[in-house]
Amino acid sequence: MQKSIDQIYHEALKDIEGADTLESVEAHSITYLGRKGLVTQFLRSVATLPADERPLAGKRANEVKQALDAAVLAATKRCELAAEKADEGIDVTLPGRTVKQGTLHPLTRVTLEICDIFTHLGFQIVEGPEIETDYYNFEALNIPKNHPARDMQDTFYISENTVLRTHTSPTQPRVMEKQDPPVRIIAPGKVYRCDSDLTHTPMFHQVEGLLVDEHISFGDLKGILTTFIHKIFDEETSLRFRPSFFPFTEPSAEVDIRCVICRGKGCRVCSQTGWLEVLGAGMVHPAVFENIGYDTQKYTGFAFGMGVERITMLKYGVDDIRKYFENDLRFLRQF
Amino acid sequence: MKVSLSWLREYIPITMETKDLADALTMAGLEIESVDNRYESLDNVVVSRIVEIKEHPNADKLRVCQVDVGDGILSVVCGAPNAAKGLLIPCALEGATLPNGMVIKKGRLRGELSEGMLCSASELGLSLEKSGIMELRTDALPGTPLAQALGLNDATLDISVTPNRPDCLSIIGIAREIGAFEAHKTKVTYPDPNLASPSKDYKSISEYTSVQIKDPDLCPRYAARLVFDVTVGPSPFWLQDRLISVGMKPINNIVDVTNFVMMETGQPLHAFDFDRLGENRIVVRAASPGEVFTTLDDREHTLDSEMLMICDGEKPVALAGVMGGLNSEIYEKTTRVLIESAYFDPACIRKTSKKTALSTDAAYRFERGIDPGGVLFALNRAASLITSIGNGTLVDGQIDEYPKPIPSREITVNIQALNKRLGTSLTMEDIKGYLESIEMTVQPLSEGVLSIHVPTFRVDLERPEDISEEVARLWGYNRIKTTFPPIPAEAFELTPNLRVKNLVRSVLTGYGFSETIHYSFIHSRSCDALRLSAHDPRRNVIDVLNPISEDQSVMRTSLVPGILSTIHYNNARQVKNLMIFEIGKVFLKKEDSVLPDEVEMIVGAITGNSQEPSWYSKEIECDFFDLKGLLDGFFKGLHTPVVDFSALTEAECTYTRKGYSARMSAGNEPVGLLGKVHQDVLDAYDIRQDVFIFEIALAPLVNLARDEREAGPIPRYPSVSRDTTIICGNDVRSGALLSCLRKSGEDLVEKAELLDLYTGDPIPKGKKSLSFRMTYRSQSKTLKDKDVNKIHTKITQMLLDHFNADLPG
Repeated sequence: MQKSIDQIYHEALKDIEGADTLESVEAHSITYLGRKGLVTQFLRSVATLPADERPLAGKRANEVKQALDAAVLAATKRCELAAEKADEGIDVTLPGRTVKQGTLHPLTRVTLEICDIFTHLGFQIVEGPEIETDYYNFEALNIPKNHPARDMQDTFYISENTVLRTHTSPTQPRVMEKQDPPVRIIAPGKVYRCDSDLTHTPMFHQVEGLLVDEHISFGDLKGILTTFIHKIFDEETSLRFRPSFFPFTEPSAEVDIRCVICRGKGCRVCSQTGWLEVLGAGMVHPAVFENIGYDTQKYTGFAFGMGVERITMLKYGVDDIRKYFENDLRFLRQF
Repeated sequence: MKVSLSWLREYIPITMETKDLADALTMAGLEIESVDNRYESLDNVVVSRIVEIKEHPNADKLRVCQVDVGDGILSVVCGAPNAAKGLLIPCALEGATLPNGMVIKKGRLRGELSEGMLCSASELGLSLEKSGIMELRTDALPGTPLAQALGLNDATLDISVTPNRPDCLSIIGIAREIGAFEAHKTKVTYPDPNLASPSKDYKSISEYTSVQIKDPDLCPRYAARLVFDVTVGPSPFWLQDRLISVGMKPINNIVDVTNFVMMETGQPLHAFDFDRLGENRIVVRAASPGEVFTTLDDREHTLDSEMLMICDGEKPVALAGVMGGLNSEIYEKTTRVLIESAYFDPACIRKTSKKTALSTDAAYRFERGIDPGGVLFALNRAASLITSIGNGTLVDGQIDEYPKPIPSREITVNIQALNKRLGTSLTMEDIKGYLESIEMTVQPLSEGVLSIHVPTFRVDLERPEDISEEVARLWGYNRIKTTFPPIPAEAFELTPNLRVKNLVRSVLTGYGFSETIHYSFIHSRSCDALRLSAHDPRRNVIDVLNPISEDQSVMRTSLVPGILSTIHYNNARQVKNLMIFEIGKVFLKKEDSVLPDEVEMIVGAITGNSQEPSWYSKEIECDFFDLKGLLDGFFKGLHTPVVDFSALTEAECTYTRKGYSARMSAGNEPVGLLGKVHQDVLDAYDIRQDVFIFEIALAPLVNLARDEREAGPIPRYPSVSRDTTIICGNDVRSGALLSCLRKSGEDLVEKAELLDLYTGDPIPKGKKSLSFRMTYRSQSKTLKDKDVNKIHTKITQMLLDHFNADLPG
């Protein structure tokens, strides 16, 4: 004898409402409302009833199904809440699944930063060859053959007339040959000198700058470099300009900054002087313009160059220049 | 260039504190590298008194002294005959370093305790007296530092003189600079050559000798004097002390005078033994090619025609301006001296000095340019000193051959242009004052225009711009107002090359690669280590003519050696897991071109674990597909067109392993390669773990990495996926299968992915099972099952036909 629909309803309701886990709710739901569940079977059996009983029985069965569906939903909700309450959660202090992050070489970081500052000041970044002709590396820059100024840079030779560029300055004549003033360029790159000891590596990095236009003065050079130093270090960093000699500038200057380590008190890094040499600069020598064919009456300009290793050393506290090229990952990963 | 304050004071009064003087010189362009107390070696030497003296029990010539050193009594063993009770003498305490380098230590001398050293004046560098310990006549109490007791106070300044300022390679030159800023703006007092009246016993110089200049271009001026009857011997203390104070070694009185005058005036001099000059005369000529000459350091040189020789009537006697010859140098028996004071062509001296590898104080000055106007002054100064110090007789007259007079320079300066260049507003008077302070003669030419007569010692001043620097440095660089150049508001774009390089760096570091930088030169054997074939163009390396070492002797033609060296370096330091890259140039010889091709490459490698052991995973060693996946992502990050990977033959890449190497290409454009590093190559670099490496040329990548972006539609209809598994031969490449699926000609195929790869039971030997997931989507409607099934069946059948495959089961 088939159970009456009301009997099924009451039993089902009791079961569902009494269930205290999601699994038992699910099980009861299947028992009564599943494809072969009791309510489902009853609904199917309605068709076999005498025609006059069908509407009432059908209606009642549908009411029961809806009520039970609602009960299942409520019971599920109730169990979920209970489960959530009982859940102690995860150990959030377990290490996360690692995603690797690489690092830029410190020299690249600083080169990019230098270039960025000058780009914002309206300079354009250019690049030049690392193997250079004697002409661009020396002659065009007013450093004739057999001139003692050549001793300022120990040169690697490739042939009698080609060298590993000893500075980034050859980019100056290379750019000026192709372009009339105004010129505003910045040229980062590798340079080479035949020198290897505690404080020198045979390869290192420089950034060159050149600005040529009408009415450019030494005061303007000071302005641009002061801005640069304030950006790359900080606004508190004071500078001094000191007369020096570069064959391709006149007047020439070395630029010292107040030691960023000891703030001028004197320390090992600044050899107790309180000052650190960071830039070479000057007004472009008229002989350089004459080599290019620029009108020396009309145009003046300034040029400057800096060593990236040195600035990186000061910015990041790198204590040994050789670390830059040993490529010890324990060093490189710090940046 | 070393100078001592006491020597400087001979020519210029100095009132400034030493530190201020050093700063002022630095700010005038003469950078002071160090300031040293000349008597630092006396730091641990004190005044002491011998309070007791007794014989040494084990040595005849030694005695044991009890010495009062102020804060106690020391026992000191002493061998000086003049040691006596009550004497006030200098005692070097433990820790003292004497001028000759001797370090004083406590110890036993023949069994007797000796806690210091009683010193002679010579041991302290205070005179030549070495016959006994120095007897002090002072009121100072025992314990007083000796330098204080004797009022010894002198400092040496080490000055870095730039190549343009040979005039400052002399004490007088430095004194002149000091005169420009010392409080009183004093001028230098030049020493009076004070020549002795020539002897009546001898005739005039022209009766004894002559100077013939055969090459006036290389020797524009040659002057000489004779001093006879000299006695060669050690110099007096004051002269030795002057030389020592600037770091020179005293030799004998004649040579010391020439060195002294060179340091004083900047004019290098040479003294010949007149009797060793054949025919007693001087001939100046260019060397004959192949001529051999022995310099006084006993080194033999083969000369060429660009070098200048000083000869006598028969043979060469000196390498002009560089070094004298062994055959004519002053020796103990010399009695007649010819003093040379000349001006040689700077370039000639430089070439000679470079070619002979002789860098002498003389050559250093000549190659920078000495004062052509100062030749006679120095000659007379030396003749005077040699006459007096060497007890000689001055021969009347001088020879001054000056076939090519060097003109002095006049520079016209426009005040306005000068101010404009500097950014100053100096008056004519200001400028005149500064220039006159360094011995220039300034005449107003017209309104705002000055004519400047440059003294002959300033060989560096040629143009108005040079004068602007003189004015600027004396006025003070730091007083020049800081201004800003008028820069138009225009922004430059990065060149594509720089843009892509930056992008490559950020994508690679984002994927976990760390950037490295290696030297551009590599070991000459690196090509062997990479197993490059004999005809590989990378073997055609560019040599560095003067390398620092063998392992930096050629310009790199590949970045691979650097990357592998770094892996070895890090592995040796327990860093086993690496992901590294470098962007840098390789240098390839180019036919008919002076300069080589400089090709920028990107090379990277992964090695060690891709997954460290952790709570969520076991450790996993990296493999080819880790790198391939990274590169896939890399190209996506660069927005390149699709890059295909295909197998590489052994010949195409010798340093990766056969069957584990692939080429990357975008369409027909080759992009690079990747692979597992060959075992022989790993061995060559002493690496004991697998390395997977990639190499990409930057230039093609610059063209491929698109900066443009274009928004497309987002799918409006859902996609449907179907999986398929096939069994095919092991030799079927999965890339070919996937490419076949993707290019099946059905435009509803959106994606084809490889879900699973399986070999082994129950799959027959030589076969593998591959499962693919196909994703279908229409742009115009929601796909119905029957549509999808139709296509999927068709595509699956195509696979089976094309690759001779079967369905499972």
